[in-house]
This record gives sequence, structure tokens and C-alpha cells, in this order.
Amino acid sequence: MRIAAKILPHPFMSLILVMVWCLLTNAVNLGNLVLAVILAIAIPLITAAYWPNRPGTPRLGGLFTYVLIVIWDIALANIAVAWIVLTRPNRKMRSRWVVIPLDLRTPEAIAILAGTITLTPGTVSADLSDEGSCLLVHALDTADAEDEARGIKERYERRLKEIFE
Amino acid sequence: MIDIALKLAFASVSLAQILAMVRLIKGPCIGDRILALDTMVVNAIALIVVLGMWGGTQLYFEAALIFAMLGFVSTVAYCRFVLRGDLIE
Amino acid sequence: MIDDLIGQEEAFVAWLRSLDAVGIADAATVVMLCAGAFFALVGSVGLLKLDTPMKRLHAPTKASTLGVGSLLLASMIHAYAHGEGSVHEVLIMAFLFVTAPISANFISKVNLHREDVDPTPPPPKDSTWATFDTSPQDKAAPDRP
Repeated sequence: MRIAAKILPHPFMSLILVMVWCLLTNAVNLGNLVLAVILAIAIPLITAAYWPNRPGTPRLGGLFTYVLIVIWDIALANIAVAWIVLTRPNRKMRSRWVVIPLDLRTPEAIAILAGTITLTPGTVSADLSDEGSCLLVHALDTADAEDEARGIKERYERRLKEIFE
Repeated sequence: MIDIALKLAFASVSLAQILAMVRLIKGPCIGDRILALDTMVVNAIALIVVLGMWGGTQLYFEAALIFAMLGFVSTVAYCRFVLRGDLIE
Repeated sequence: MIDDLIGQEEAFVAWLRSLDAVGIADAATVVMLCAGAFFALVGSVGLLKLDTPMKRLHAPTKASTLGVGSLLLASMIHAYAHGEGSVHEVLIMAFLFVTAPISANFISKVNLHREDVDPTPPPPKDSTWATFDTSPQDKAAPDRP
């Protein structure tokens, strides 16, 4: 077990490296896989100094559902944003700042939440407060800032909390 | 049918590229100019992809990938330069 | 009603067989191409039309990214229908979708510092937003031009 941890300090990164190498060469055959495995072992070992602590293991099943939900929301969000951009005059847009208090503490989870917010309905995440307890989000067209924050917490943050913490 | 769709896609992505360029020239503030450049890189990737489909070749994908990587790094570099005054501290 | 349906299954299978796989793939390619072209155009129209820097950030980060995503999907379907398949479009797509929020975050920080955006609300728990949080020696140093 300890030897495995020494050879593969970051198993997820190794897995992603194998997948990226197979996608990059656009073919899965034995030679490619061997080369991919060699790279997946060598690169984390060489760059281990930059990642001193290993991130916690997320729950893969939950993560998969989350990705599907986010892809679906991205498609819907874009139709909504396209409609707002094309039909609504500028002065009628109620764009404002929204502050989202965070329950999440894991840096990876907060990063994924911020990325999700940027890619989905009419919101862009702008900044984090200095101790990391709330997120500053700009909404393109929203009636109620509280409502928007509650929606995001309910739909995404709750799921991320289950996956990462 | 695909031929017409390809022409349509090429025309509208080119139009999008021109509109982004107008914002790049007009842009009142520096954030707008960086954003316009970022959009132009994304649209350039779209143009390369459509061109690859048109020619029925896989040759352009490395170009598109390198565009994506360089576009991201240059956007971040511009922003860091504006925010911090230098790139490597 | 169910009795009616039981006789239909052979007809349904025959109908499925009669469908032309390449034709369906071509139709899907055309739909994805048109969607991608539309979203790329909407992103740039929004960039030109909206009036404040923070609003302008919304259109290209979402719409243009999805536009390129659809075009790449169209390219993948096209490659599978005609000739050998290819998957490395997935790599470009994943890269674009991962980097778009990061670029947007950086640009919004530039906007926060440089331009007249709406005043930001103070965070309810902490003292300030991270981008305005300067260390003491930075505060002592004179401002860069």
C-alpha cells in the first residue's frame, strides 16, 4: 500500500493523464497505453514538489450526476441568456451583485462551485471574500438577489457538499 | 445539406469575429478589450473546426488545440499584467 | 388498445431498419452546426450590445463557449458518419469549458479594479473581498501607475 502511494502520489491525476494521452493520440492500442502509463507515473513523480498535499477523494457517483446536471443546465442557461441578450433592451435588465454565503470549506469544491456558477444561468462569479466564507456573483437579469442565492445553494452547493465533504 | 450548413456556420462565425473586433477597437475599458480578444480566440477555434469539417481532414485539430491553450494563457497573462503590473514576480 | 399495439412491433422494427444511420447522423450534424453558429453569433452580439463591462462579460463566456462546443460535437458526429471516428475534439471541448470560468474570473477582477462597476456589497462575514485584500508592505509601497 505504501509503495503504491509512493509510485502514484496522485491517482486521479494519473488517470486523467492516461485519458488525455489516449485522446491526444486519437487511438487506443497497446503501444499508446504503455506510453500513457509511463507518462502517468513519471509526470506526477517529477512534479510532486508542487502538490505537497493530496486532495480528498470525491464520491465518483455523485460527481457523475453533478456533471450531467451541469451540462443540462449549461444548455438551458444559454438559451435563456440568448433570449435576454437578443430581446431585452439594456435599461430594462436588472443586473446586480449577489453575495452567496458558503457552507463549503474544501478549496476544490469552492473552485468547482465558482466554475459552475459562471457557466450556468446568467451569473458570473467574480471574487471570494478574504477568508473564503462568501462568493461575489454578478447576475445579468434577476428580480431578487436573495432568491438567486438560495437557488444556487439549493441546486449546486448542497450536491457539492455531499460529494466532497 | 451539410454543405449549406457549413457555409452558414462559416458566415455567422466570421460575422461574430467581426463584431468582436468592433468591440476590441471601440472598447471603452481595458477589461472589454481583453474580453474581446478572448472571444476572438474562441471564434478562431470555431473557424478552424468548421474549416476542418469542410476539407474533411483531421489535420487542423492540433492547431485548434494549440489555439485554445495559447488563448487561455494569453488572457490570463493580460489580466495579471493589468492587475499586478508585471507577470513574473 | 394493448392488443392493437402488440401487432405493431414488427412494423416498428421494420421502420427502425428502414432508417438510414448516415442520414440521421447528417441531420444531427446540421442541427449542431446551426446551433453552434447561432450561439457564437449571440455571444458576439451580446459583447457589442450590452452597456456595462460586467454585463458584457456574460454573453461571450457562456454563449461562445457553448457555440464552439456544439461545432466540435458536429465535427465528431461528422467524423463518425463519414470515414474513421475521432475523439480528440473532446479534449478541446473539455479544455475550453474548464478555462472559460477562469478567464471570466480574471476579467471580472480587472473590471473590479479598473472601471466604474456598481459598488460591490460588503461580504457579510469577512472584512473585504480577496482582490482588495492587500498585505501591509503592499500598502506601504507607492501605487503603480
